[in-house]
Amino acid sequence: MHLPKPVMRGLLGKRLRFHLPVAFTLSLVAAIAFKYAVTEPRKQAYADFYKQYDAVKEFNAMKEAGVFESVRPSGE
Amino acid sequence: MLRLIAGRAGGLVARRATVALTTGSSARMASHGHEVAETMDMSRPMYWDRLDIPLPEKLYKDELTDADKSLKQKEKGPWSQLTNEEKIALYRLMFRQTYPEMKQPRSEWKTVLGGIFIFVGFTGLVVWWQRVYVYPPRPRTFDDEWRAKQLQRMLDMRVNPIEGLSAKWDYEKGQWK
Repeated sequence: MHLPKPVMRGLLGKRLRFHLPVAFTLSLVAAIAFKYAVTEPRKQAYADFYKQYDAVKEFNAMKEAGVFESVRPSGE
Repeated sequence: MLRLIAGRAGGLVARRATVALTTGSSARMASHGHEVAETMDMSRPMYWDRLDIPLPEKLYKDELTDADKSLKQKEKGPWSQLTNEEKIALYRLMFRQTYPEMKQPRSEWKTVLGGIFIFVGFTGLVVWWQRVYVYPPRPRTFDDEWRAKQLQRMLDMRVNPIEGLSAKWDYEKGQWK
């Protein structure tokens, strides 16, 4: 019946000492991964799209398709 | 049908809440019989077998016989003088069930799961009836022809041309990329 006295103090501190660095590291990794997996490709996609974008040509295509109310296709 | 459910629920309640207020007293747990069920005074300490409460509010046996009382007197002395049977008898005075007895597996989950399925099935029937008698007619926007025209209009408008819908449509060839 000579059991050692269980640890009564510092339990939260011990847990935080381990888990806080882990939490911060994982958060940082998640943020970096999101940046390079999502935002950078998205920025590149936008850049590539607008490099070859001809606004007038797109407008005329949409006009001929008849989606505008202010300007009708050239046929009507 | 209702009586069956009530009977099953009553059986569950009676089995789970078998709180022994006093063992030798005249408190009887009468079900829907000819006697009025005695109400328990919940403001007094109660005995309850629970895994997470190792020491309930009071001892199991309230009224000790003379033999029990003499045993309790002997308990006040050194415990090494108690025989094993006496130790077990003292335990049974204090507690109704041991931990292994409390942890015995029960079949209650089958009833619970069965009840869940029965009610989910009944709900399915209700939903079916609603589909037939309550729902309004189907909106025309769900027809295939309408949806095709809708998609064509979205492509004409160049919806999401960079990363979304129109980005996946090849405008020169008139097909999906």
